[in-house]
Amino acid sequence: MRGIVYTETVVHAAPAAFAEEAPYQVAIVQLEDGTKTTARIAGERVKIGDGVVRAGSAFRKES
Amino acid sequence: MRQVAVVAAGKTAFGAFPDRDLRSLAVEAGRKCLENGRARPGQIEAFYLGNFAGPSFTGQNHLAPYISTALGMKGIPATRFEAACASSGAAFFHAVSAVMAGLYDTVMVLGVEKMTSQSTARVTEILAAAGEVSGEIAAGSTFPSLFGMIARRHMFEFGTTREDLAAVAVKNHENGALNPEAHMRKVISVEQALNARMIAEPLGLYDCSLISDGAAAVIVTTVERAGEFTEKPVRVLGIAQASDYLALDQKDDITTFPAVRAAAQKAYDAAGVGPRDVEFAEIHDCFTIAEVIATEDLGFCGRGEGGRFASAGSTRRSGEKPVNASGGLKSKGHPVGATGVAQICDVVQQIRCEAGERQLARHSIGLAQNLGGSGATCVVSILGAL
Repeated sequence: MRGIVYTETVVHAAPAAFAEEAPYQVAIVQLEDGTKTTARIAGERVKIGDGVVRAGSAFRKES
Repeated sequence: MRQVAVVAAGKTAFGAFPDRDLRSLAVEAGRKCLENGRARPGQIEAFYLGNFAGPSFTGQNHLAPYISTALGMKGIPATRFEAACASSGAAFFHAVSAVMAGLYDTVMVLGVEKMTSQSTARVTEILAAAGEVSGEIAAGSTFPSLFGMIARRHMFEFGTTREDLAAVAVKNHENGALNPEAHMRKVISVEQALNARMIAEPLGLYDCSLISDGAAAVIVTTVERAGEFTEKPVRVLGIAQASDYLALDQKDDITTFPAVRAAAQKAYDAAGVGPRDVEFAEIHDCFTIAEVIATEDLGFCGRGEGGRFASAGSTRRSGEKPVNASGGLKSKGHPVGATGVAQICDVVQQIRCEAGERQLARHSIGLAQNLGGSGATCVVSILGAL
């Protein structure tokens, strides 16, 4: 599954459950069917307009 | 429909009060309000409580009768409203609607939140439950990060800058420094705002409102009976509540809040006024970007122009449309369940010309905008001198 980054943020102040993972990137990804989903970005940071592909429960920058 | 007026207001200072529990804050605001309206508890026919997460923050549930009985109001309907950060705005909307419809003559609306007994990480978690827990929150979103994503998109589409956002923070701190009841009475510089540590990019510490304890209350009655309580009644010219999706990813466009636009339109229509007639506003600046977008959605400036509107000084106390003369959620503080009613108290104070150093030159029509979550609930109230 692939999509385009609609918007993104890097979370520095995390909730207790994710505190050890901070800072981490979260994005809203616009999928090819037109719907959007919110997901963690694995690996390299992305910006609005970047292509991303599904990697487990996260998305990763398209190579 | 009957005409409705706010005839009394009372609130606690906002801040971190380790020795105070939720009920003692609520009782202080309620008593000050009764005193302000020379009212006895027996004159109150129904009690409307706004509270977001008392059970999570304090362990106590069933809060409305817990507070109303402590105020000496026995036997009356006492109900809690939950709509995230718009909880007491929603309580106010339903209270005003009930009086308009003739269900009661005189009611009290009280908002309260006790937040500071929990760690910041736990508070972050409790607040996140105002978003869609199974989706965006499970992915690691926090409330600052939802507004961080809104800010990024607004910057991308309209060229809004971090300096524009800093202008909002600097202005609200400048106002709050003059407010004896504000949580953080501290003037800050643009550089301080820009260089503060990041919370959720592009939002830094000073883009975020405060975690506070506090309570606020008002008494609402009919215009006919207003004279029994005060020489300075404030009329509810128009009020509306609207809703939208919880999850940001369900929205077509996250750079505008449809619920704000819908509530504003209805409230303007009911009041028979437009954005130009509103002389000042208390806006829900949970994050600086929220104030920027609200100024657009309320029609104070054009779409995408909110950042430049703030940077140009238009929303300062000396500007064409003063916003958050109280200091806003940013400096005054944001005990979430108290915020909606506190905004009404602040607008009432300006209209009554009782705002001290923060008193605005033009203060006859004021607007309060209370937002829940990342825009899933909005209440807009337009108040004016009677």
